Amino acid sequence: MTEKILKGILLDEQTELSLNDLSYACCSSAEWIIQLVEEGAIEPVGHKTHGTQKTPWRFSASSLQQAQTAMRLQQDLNINMAGVALVLELLKEIENLQAELEVYKANNKD
Amino acid sequence: MDFKDYYDIIGVKKDATQAEIKRAYKKLARKYHPDVSKEANAEVRFKELGEAYEALKDPEKRAAYDQLGKNWKAGQDFNPPPDWDAGFEFNGGGFTGGNDADYSDFFESLFGHGFQGGQRQSHDRSQGRQRTYQQRGEDHHAKVSIDLEDAYQGATRSIMLQSPEIDSNGHVINKQRTLNVKIPKGVKQGQRIRLSGQGSPGMGAAPAGDLYLQVEFNPHGLYRVQGHDVYLDVPVTPWEAALGASIKVPTPTGAVDLKIAEGTPNGRKMRLKGKGIPSKTPGDLYIIIQFTLPPAESDEAKQLYKKMQQELPYNPRSKMGV
Repeated sequence: MTEKILKGILLDEQTELSLNDLSYACCSSAEWIIQLVEEGAIEPVGHKTHGTQKTPWRFSASSLQQAQTAMRLQQDLNINMAGVALVLELLKEIENLQAELEVYKANNKD
Repeated sequence: MDFKDYYDIIGVKKDATQAEIKRAYKKLARKYHPDVSKEANAEVRFKELGEAYEALKDPEKRAAYDQLGKNWKAGQDFNPPPDWDAGFEFNGGGFTGGNDADYSDFFESLFGHGFQGGQRQSHDRSQGRQRTYQQRGEDHHAKVSIDLEDAYQGATRSIMLQSPEIDSNGHVINKQRTLNVKIPKGVKQGQRIRLSGQGSPGMGAAPAGDLYLQVEFNPHGLYRVQGHDVYLDVPVTPWEAALGASIKVPTPTGAVDLKIAEGTPNGRKMRLKGKGIPSKTPGDLYIIIQFTLPPAESDEAKQLYKKMQQELPYNPRSKMGV
């Protein structure tokens, strides 16, 4: 038993991660993350191009969640990139519908 | 340990063909995948399924399991008889796919845990790179429950974690540890906290995995939470709503005085800006006005209702055409 108090990183809207952070967290190669971006499954935030100079990619914490889910889906169910992107989109959709349903239910109780 | 009926887990008959087993497994794997499924025990089911399929998809393992399984029923206390696997060969069969760390004692007592596994950790997608025996430790996931008030003030929670570790003799032991973790102020329902290096230790010189803590709010007797916004139903009397009033309402940071305007309708939503869960852009606290009627139990109350009935011409159904 330790008395030390650990402080983690809160993965909220303000947290930004680099391509490196993301591939480390997913145990994947950077190429795999790039594929996810190319498929449109995750999107870098505030990505700007200054003339020919590009700023490095930054990702939101929700991208981390998406990428980790993508990795599990791909490995456990053997789904290709396009399929994974579709599944992620549908899951998001279900989540939104469920949230709407909750609100609807809360407003129409008794 | 208990005997596991792998056929039952996958939902096929004992004489199912390999193709039938595969189909049944794929179907259930999609159904119970923890990222997709809403079933409460999805994770347990999914692991069980993976283990069952691992045993049955390889014809050699399946034959050995069948040989053994004739005399056993699921849930029976089980110890593999000596030499049960004589004449079968499991090694190097190319039947990887699962993560051996997830298999049950039952599975390991039959097939061992030394075979190639841990695919998820060691997956090396760039071709032709040489693989050294180094593996980043597995990530761990856990949930931590907090009260809404903790999200306003921040809190420290101690969490008990059980993680399988390999001791110096190569045995897998379940190690318990307690972590004290700071829950930062402003956390939302379902949000995750990442604790670097608090997962499983790595192999070789590789770093340890991470621990992901998912924050869940305990249901609150008064408040509902949506993202950073908090909702509170406040009951008011008809005269407070009709005549206007100043009432005391609770908030997670203490009671406040709230002005009810004259003629406030039932269900009116009032926003207390920035009184939701704190954050860079703090959430709001919404107060929903709910009329309550005093019970007409006493004679005085009945008299008052009667007076209203006589002196207050009011037909709430006038627009319904009846």
